[in-house]
Amino acid sequence: MDFDDTPQEASFRARARAWLERNAKRRDPDAPGADPLREREDANALRDAKAWQTRKFDEGWACLTWPKEYGGQDLGRMEQVIWNQEEARFDTPANIYSIGHGMLAPTLMTHGTKAQKDRYVREMGRGQVVWCQLFSEPDAGSDLAGLRTSAVRRGDEWVLRGQKIWSTGAHYCDYGMIVTRSDPDAAKHAGLTYFIVDMHAPGIEVRPIRQINGASGFNEVFLNDVRVPDENRLGGVGDGWRVALTTLMNERVAIGAGAGSGRLRELFRLAREARIGGRPAIENHAVRQKLADFYIRTKGLQYTGYRTLSAVSRGATPGPEGSIGKAVGAPLGQEMASFAMELQGAMGALLDPDLAPQEALWQEAYLGAPGLRIAGGTDEILRNIIAERVLGLPPEMRVDKDRPFREIPVGRGAR
Amino acid sequence: MNLEFSDDQKFVQKTARDFLAERSGLDACRRVLESPEVAFDAELWKGVAEMGWLGAAVPEDLGGAGLGYLELVLIAEEIGRALAPIPFGPSVYLATEALLHFGSADQKRRFLPRLASGDLVGTFALAEGTGDLATSAVQTRFENGRLRGEKLPVLDGGSAGLGVVVARAAGGPVLTLVDLAGPGVTRTPLQSFDPSRPQSRLAFDGAPAEALGPADATDAIRRLLDRAAVMAGFEQLGGATRVLEMTRDYALGRYAFGRPIASFQVIKHRFADLYAAIELARSNGYYAAWALSSGSDELELAACAFRAAASDAFELATREMIQIYGGVGFTWEYDCHLFYRRAKLLAAWLGTPSAWREMLIERLEAREAA
Repeated sequence: MDFDDTPQEASFRARARAWLERNAKRRDPDAPGADPLREREDANALRDAKAWQTRKFDEGWACLTWPKEYGGQDLGRMEQVIWNQEEARFDTPANIYSIGHGMLAPTLMTHGTKAQKDRYVREMGRGQVVWCQLFSEPDAGSDLAGLRTSAVRRGDEWVLRGQKIWSTGAHYCDYGMIVTRSDPDAAKHAGLTYFIVDMHAPGIEVRPIRQINGASGFNEVFLNDVRVPDENRLGGVGDGWRVALTTLMNERVAIGAGAGSGRLRELFRLAREARIGGRPAIENHAVRQKLADFYIRTKGLQYTGYRTLSAVSRGATPGPEGSIGKAVGAPLGQEMASFAMELQGAMGALLDPDLAPQEALWQEAYLGAPGLRIAGGTDEILRNIIAERVLGLPPEMRVDKDRPFREIPVGRGAR
Repeated sequence: MNLEFSDDQKFVQKTARDFLAERSGLDACRRVLESPEVAFDAELWKGVAEMGWLGAAVPEDLGGAGLGYLELVLIAEEIGRALAPIPFGPSVYLATEALLHFGSADQKRRFLPRLASGDLVGTFALAEGTGDLATSAVQTRFENGRLRGEKLPVLDGGSAGLGVVVARAAGGPVLTLVDLAGPGVTRTPLQSFDPSRPQSRLAFDGAPAEALGPADATDAIRRLLDRAAVMAGFEQLGGATRVLEMTRDYALGRYAFGRPIASFQVIKHRFADLYAAIELARSNGYYAAWALSSGSDELELAACAFRAAASDAFELATREMIQIYGGVGFTWEYDCHLFYRRAKLLAAWLGTPSAWREMLIERLEAREAA
């Protein structure tokens, strides 16, 4: 039981830090942290993000867990987390590769042919091309396997028709990974096929979606008879659900990199600056109890992430227990933001960054928070997963199993 | 970073679990709970002593097993899981620890071997009826080698032979050692919320006592409480985990509307939330255990966070347990209330969750100011 770095880890950390000191600027610890859901849309941001990724990759500091043959370092998740912790101290471009490198590349490495891996993986790591995920649809979110985008085979091509939604970054991505329905007469999970799709292909139309916080990080993607060569199929025909599960499993690896602690620092600072009854809010008993509670849960989440990391580093497969990170973390973030706004009193109702305390960080966080409770597994789905896969409780009763997909009831307004 | 317990440590835990499963079933707890004249299960205490657990952290040359704190917290977890009706906490986490850390060579020699062998049961007395555990609030006086004042409630105060009593002396708060069976001590049994863990009022009227540790023991007492909080937290963790398992098994076997109640989504989600609360507490516990065993100065924060989390998680578990068991969970005959009572007792002993949360903020502020 040792929370300190092993000598090996300490040495890696020192080398990582040294490289970062030489190649990046230190972040000002008093500046508010970046809000991950706040997407900057200027072309410079994209160019900077790509340049930084390429530099890291070419010098051996990116995609650390990937095999060396694809440009990785064959290191463990622990080293990747150590790197993430160190990089977080520096002012570097926002990471636009978490989906591509975190979920899609592992899918490719698990299910791709040698030709596909050779063609795409290293290039993905270098970051000059960016990948997006085309999974959810207007009628298939939590019930992803209910998706309807069709894929019809024509010789050695497939023709795709349908609509995807919530695709983060699709507006600047070069490739996507898509799950389609190739056989509507088969049962729901049995008639799916997975493809790599060129986002610049004719028939693909990307429309940004405006989020409640004003940003447009994700999109609707319309596929109007998009032609995809069969060589871009990942896995067998009808085997798409199994491939999709690999992608989704990687979402589950919620490894804490200390991200929550930064918010705690800011919250405590706010509590010192805000006033209740003419005194600093942090002197108020109710405020102190709440702050302590946030600290305890944040640390609990952080150490739970470390436990998963420690187990995975020793060869365990990441299990469904990892769902705790998001199931607890997302609502906690919303609660903290809400509380922080309350501390600000009337000023909490302002968004002006030059007037609202801490540059309206908490207001932005509160606007972004509902998305985190829904994306990547809703609070409710995650609870089902914990109950069923960790605690062994019975699965939900299903009315759509073992019937041809065509016959499954859909709601009013479904396509 | 390696957050696993070693194979040896896991073996200690498994041995403890097997021993207690056989010798400390819930019927053992219930027997003490239902017998006001029985303070603790003496046979079990003897067995636990023979296993070496009472002296787990005591050096071998003082009669202990010479193990470490990582082993001790795992034993504590099993004690908690079994709801063992013995004075393990007060004697091991407090009396023994106080002597280990603050005793003179002579005091260690006189008391530790007997505490480790179980011949002597120790306890700790701080609270004085107001519920406030601040050492500055202590009124019991230690003067000229004698104690005057009153302590209540004192866990195992009626059956312990040795009392580690916090008092006020000329130089500040002090720790003292008292023979609780000796002169000047009047012990009155109280009605404990958890009768499987008896509590007493101790009145001192000139009882002979000796000083233990420094003349101003403010810091010493805080450190003692921090350490005990971590060990007690593991008892709470063990209890909470057992409650989750029992409740799950119950819900899988109980049918309503043609299916197990465990298949209803609301019940599933309540289980998931409980699991998450316990796991977060466990993670805070592992950090605290590491801090305790490595001597890290993170202990002062880790102990607070873990203690509050473990108290809340165990209490939540016991409330959910009765709710999910339904009507039978509310009966004396079912075992739910054994856990319901123990959870509240442990949450009140050594400081409530809100007291530990307040301590956490004070310590974070002190660090910020430094």
